[in-house]
Amino acid sequence: MTEAATIAEVKAAVKHFAAPEGGVIRALDGLSLEIQHSQFVTLLGPSGCGKTTLLRAISGFEDLDAGEVRIAGEDMTAVPPHRRPVNTVFQNYALFPHLSVEDNVGYGLDVGRVARDERNQRVGEALERVGLGEFNRRKPGQLSGGQQQRVALARAIINRPKLLLLDEPLSALDRNLRQSMQLELKSLQHDLGICFLFVTHDQEEALTMSDQVIVLNKGRIEQIGPPERHYHKPVSRFVAEFIGDGALFTGRIQNDGGSPVLVTDDGLTFAVGDGARVGEMATLLLRPEHLEVAPETPDSSMGILEVSLEQSIFHGASRKFICRLPNGTSIAAMPTEMSSEALGRITPGERLHLAYRRDRPHLIPEPGDGA
Amino acid sequence: MARKGDSRRLAFLLGPTTLFLGFFFLGPLAVMVLYSFLEPGLYGGVEWNFYHWNYGRILGWADGEWEEFDLVYAKIFMRSVRLALMNVGITLLICYPAALWVRGLTARWRTLVVFMITLPFFVSLVVRLFCWVLILRPSGFLNSALLGLGLISEPIDIIFTETAVLIGMAYIFLPFMFLPIYASIEKLDHSLIEASSDLGGGPLQTFFRVTLPLTLPGILAGAVLVFIPSLGNFIVPDLLGGAKVMMIGNLVEQQFLSARNWPFGSALSVMIMLIMFVLIVLYLRRLGRSELVG
Repeated sequence: MTEAATIAEVKAAVKHFAAPEGGVIRALDGLSLEIQHSQFVTLLGPSGCGKTTLLRAISGFEDLDAGEVRIAGEDMTAVPPHRRPVNTVFQNYALFPHLSVEDNVGYGLDVGRVARDERNQRVGEALERVGLGEFNRRKPGQLSGGQQQRVALARAIINRPKLLLLDEPLSALDRNLRQSMQLELKSLQHDLGICFLFVTHDQEEALTMSDQVIVLNKGRIEQIGPPERHYHKPVSRFVAEFIGDGALFTGRIQNDGGSPVLVTDDGLTFAVGDGARVGEMATLLLRPEHLEVAPETPDSSMGILEVSLEQSIFHGASRKFICRLPNGTSIAAMPTEMSSEALGRITPGERLHLAYRRDRPHLIPEPGDGA
Repeated sequence: MARKGDSRRLAFLLGPTTLFLGFFFLGPLAVMVLYSFLEPGLYGGVEWNFYHWNYGRILGWADGEWEEFDLVYAKIFMRSVRLALMNVGITLLICYPAALWVRGLTARWRTLVVFMITLPFFVSLVVRLFCWVLILRPSGFLNSALLGLGLISEPIDIIFTETAVLIGMAYIFLPFMFLPIYASIEKLDHSLIEASSDLGGGPLQTFFRVTLPLTLPGILAGAVLVFIPSLGNFIVPDLLGGAKVMMIGNLVEQQFLSARNWPFGSALSVMIMLIMFVLIVLYLRRLGRSELVG
């Protein structure tokens, strides 16, 4: 990408905190990152992975121990928060309780001494955009959670930031509202054409909304890329476990009569794609949708698993089978080729064969395995 | 609405308090108001005649006959109100920054500092004020220190001045201002400060647009808690102000204990109560509005 398309850049950021129980938490551990213009970027990770610290380093509320933050090409590392061209939607919204909705939204213009007429016009536009036009005289305390969320959003976009930071803004909303807000945020980002950097620990949210997902783990970037790639081709066991359902099996690739198989320490054997290199350690990711009930005569392109059915869960169009492998490991299957009705005739306790196309599941190479 | 059993229980719970306050609070108050409209007896005590010149005297007319128009009492009132207001201002200017500072401390230090601020309550007020006499008198600690440092060549007259009274009052009432302000500052959600800063508000704008309005209830509470006892205070002006800086409290004390003019003392007390009442009504209305805001 060219320099002009990069809106924010973090270089070798380091931030350590003293842990309450002694020792040091590495919230950011030499993290580097570039965020492109007008994208919806999600920072995803478990709590304590450094995602909020990274966000606060960009907004200026956290000083870095080392490293650099650049926004729109300018070094912002020593610039205080109120001089940075970014705005934040806070997790608890942080609306000013003593100001009306209108004054909350207009706050950024008021402190920026924008002329009265322009200010009123822009406040009106921002409120219309989030669908709160008629609520301008209310106090935040008189609004519902979803409405407060919208006020926080309108307030944060009024200064036309280069980059909008969103710190788990949907976590306090109930499920339905959260889903509709996800779509709204996505279309708002598209309309405004500014870059959204969205922090969440909810993988579903990340997959739904993002152009780019950045998975963080222990202050480092685990994987960065479009959400599809995280789902289908996770680079590490951590990403595979964090995003989506699936069972993971680590073992060594061996040759079994010309086609590669993965053999785990406890003796399970999985047929894998031809690309696998014999002799290497790898982790196989089997997602539920990879697994079908095996046909009577499976062909050689399929891997077969012998399992016993523990639970059969009705999902409408399909059924989810919770099965157990001979070594006791649980594995989920979501067969799509048989009808839900036919699947319903298979009862828990039965032994059955599951099949997957051997080139479908993703194989994650194990790090540090040179042999 | 309340059922029958509820109201009976309410009567049971509130009854004793109501009776107690009725007898021991409203009763004496009524006696005081009654006395303030009676004629003072020649040798103490009262004559049972309606007599409004107790109030006339406060406003300068005395009994309207043989005393000349003199605002001496009104002046004492004015001075008391002025000193009490100044005390509110001084304690506010000290406590607000201090409370902001304490908020920034770690939890352990915060607890310790708040405890230290309440520590003076453990020592008798009179003892503490006598310490100030020792500090402020011409041969006291302050003057010897200043003389020793060569900053002054002669002892400064500070005791028995308004300055001394203000120092003593500020010292005594600091905790009353500090605690409500600190409570409101501690309650202030720090993310609001960050939100202001995030939206481009510099430190001063953030203070005047967010911190100050949101901690105003604490300031008002502190102001009332300091103003009311300052207005009626008589120990501080007695010990540190001497005869020169008389406040209403001293006047009331004098009327009851030395002059034995109970009706006039009562009228003075009623006036103090009226002033406070007006101010509290103003305060509650202001608070009511800010509560609506918050």
